[in-house]
Amino acid sequence: MNIGMINLVLLLSLPIVAGLFLAAIHKPGIALKLHAGFAFTEFLAALGLAFSRPEPTRLFMVDGFTLCLVPLTAFILFTTAWFSHGYLAHDIDTGKIQARHLRLWHVLFQSMALSMYAALVSNNIGVMWVAVEMATLATVILVGFYRTHAALEAAWKYFLLGSVGIALALFGTILLYFAAEPLLGQGMNAMTWSRIREVSSQMDPRLLRLAFVFLLVGYGTKIGFFPLHAWLPDAHAEAPSPMSAALSGLLLNIAFFALLRGKMVLAGNVAAGMASSLLILFGLVSLIIAALMLLRRHDLKRLLAWSSIEHMGIMGVAFGIGGPLGSFAGLLHMIVHSLVKSGLFFAAGQTIQTLGTQKISKIRGLSASHPRLAILFGLAFLAAAGLPPFGLFTSEITLLVAATGKSAWLGLALAAGLLIAFAAIILKLSGMLFGEPVENPPPTHPVAISSVPLALHLAIAAILGLFVPGMLWGFMRDAIAMLG
Amino acid sequence: MNGFENDMAHTLSGVMLLMSFLLLYQRRIPGLIHAFAIQAALLGIAVSWQAVMQGEPHLFITALIVLLFKAAFIPIALLKLIQRLSVPQAVEPVMAIGRTMLFGIILCGLSLAVMQSSPQASALIVNEKLAMALAIVLLGFLIMIARQNAVAQVIGFMSIENGLVLAAVEAKGMPLIVEISVAFSVLVALAVFGLFMFHIKDRFDTLDTASLENVRGEELP
Repeated sequence: MNIGMINLVLLLSLPIVAGLFLAAIHKPGIALKLHAGFAFTEFLAALGLAFSRPEPTRLFMVDGFTLCLVPLTAFILFTTAWFSHGYLAHDIDTGKIQARHLRLWHVLFQSMALSMYAALVSNNIGVMWVAVEMATLATVILVGFYRTHAALEAAWKYFLLGSVGIALALFGTILLYFAAEPLLGQGMNAMTWSRIREVSSQMDPRLLRLAFVFLLVGYGTKIGFFPLHAWLPDAHAEAPSPMSAALSGLLLNIAFFALLRGKMVLAGNVAAGMASSLLILFGLVSLIIAALMLLRRHDLKRLLAWSSIEHMGIMGVAFGIGGPLGSFAGLLHMIVHSLVKSGLFFAAGQTIQTLGTQKISKIRGLSASHPRLAILFGLAFLAAAGLPPFGLFTSEITLLVAATGKSAWLGLALAAGLLIAFAAIILKLSGMLFGEPVENPPPTHPVAISSVPLALHLAIAAILGLFVPGMLWGFMRDAIAMLG
Repeated sequence: MNGFENDMAHTLSGVMLLMSFLLLYQRRIPGLIHAFAIQAALLGIAVSWQAVMQGEPHLFITALIVLLFKAAFIPIALLKLIQRLSVPQAVEPVMAIGRTMLFGIILCGLSLAVMQSSPQASALIVNEKLAMALAIVLLGFLIMIARQNAVAQVIGFMSIENGLVLAAVEAKGMPLIVEISVAFSVLVALAVFGLFMFHIKDRFDTLDTASLENVRGEELP
């Protein structure tokens, strides 16, 4: 067993160990700290994987695309656990959740982590599907964790739509097997992603197109493409903020990752053109609808959720356009959006606990009342709106260039969507930062959330806007070559 | 693979599709559960038949799981659950029964058309079977859309999974891992569904999911 294999085994076994261990810890204070510690060891294992990767097997494979996302996922899971330390302690103090439910939280959170890692390192279309489904099931209960009327509704909706989406994705997976089976023979070979990709040029394009449609609609439900997005704003708004951060920053990425694995298969086939057009169509519609919806939000977390739909739309357009420019823009957007949006949910969580409300009309004049919070809150919003120096600016400009190069109309529509979304975000932000302060009931419990995770996210997002480190660039180049 | 064996497999999936239509016009929850149990039992037989036909003994495991869990355990558990919750047993259709059936027929035609347009010259028969599986999947969706009752939606969802398992076993030599995981996921899903049903019943005194709709959280400031 080489070092790469050890890293892989560590990455997949640490969440299990962590989950089992934390299930036995009754004291909330200790459990929250331990959880962050475990998440950090997972991050180390993920980093190790980036330095030494194992040989691909029929079940698992670590390639450049995987490595663009595995350390990122582990990092955000770690910072989310760090953020939860203050956030959940406050929820327990105020009685929003019971201390004894914290063990369930930790077990489910680690199951989610495990399934996300498994999806990222899988080399088998079946295993990938199982992993995405596991992630869905683990997060359903986390979304409904507050057990309020609204949280239950959101979780139920998420569960139904998520399950239906995942069922469609399975049908797509089966069709992919059907298309590969005549070439690779029966059994595991025809489910091994790297083998399927090798023979994709000879596969029946009509069957491949059909498979991609099902994958797009199935995984697209989890990504939150319009009109399959109905669960997304509710789930983000009603889930505890650490969960909203993980949903937006990580789970949407995982679903997108699975879809892009499908697109990589099509890339070598004549069916590739249809996959591109469909992605551009879904992406553009999601972007424009979400941008318009952003203007009329009254709830802070719903605003952020719609912004996620907007950014998923941008990625759809970017990967749809493809080519070196488009795929680069999409990948960079994917990475930076994860950092920015989960950071933004940290900021939102802190604001909500400080003011005791998530209504935008009640969040006014933060710069006067909570200047320190307001700086990070404002910076995170500006990053999500796509202002320089943050990475989303870089990726959106690159995408605009790529889109205009493909068709002037596409560039125009994209620019319109981006501008509306930008205006909406800035409009909402200015009121929250500089508006006339309103009287909110004073907080009953002190909020002790660390600002370090958010600051870290913003710092990395800013660095990625200016330059891409050599190692990450190497991984991205591999992925771009495969995306076609 | 001779004619008779194929005809038998065809008949089994055809009757399963028929059960999907039966699910569409049930007005009472126990009726829905019974129809689903029959469909699952048929699926179990269809999977066993494929096991014999393809000479793949591992498919018997799938068949066993389907028969034990989907045809017996889950229907019994659901019947017990609704008894314990003592909910009204009528299903309020959102869409009139006649129109639902009409939509069902259109969906069947659609899935046939989609599948016929993708013939791998060698595997026309397989495509027909896939068309039936797809029709079962789509009818499952229709049930979920047309019935706003939590139990009916559970049934619709599991009926979708019946169609998926049917498609998976007809894909020759598809590794067992998928079928087992589907069966397992249904089990987990049932646990989650059950949990939520208790909560929903707890909070709203009904399993009618229409009552969930009045909190969209987007009320004006």
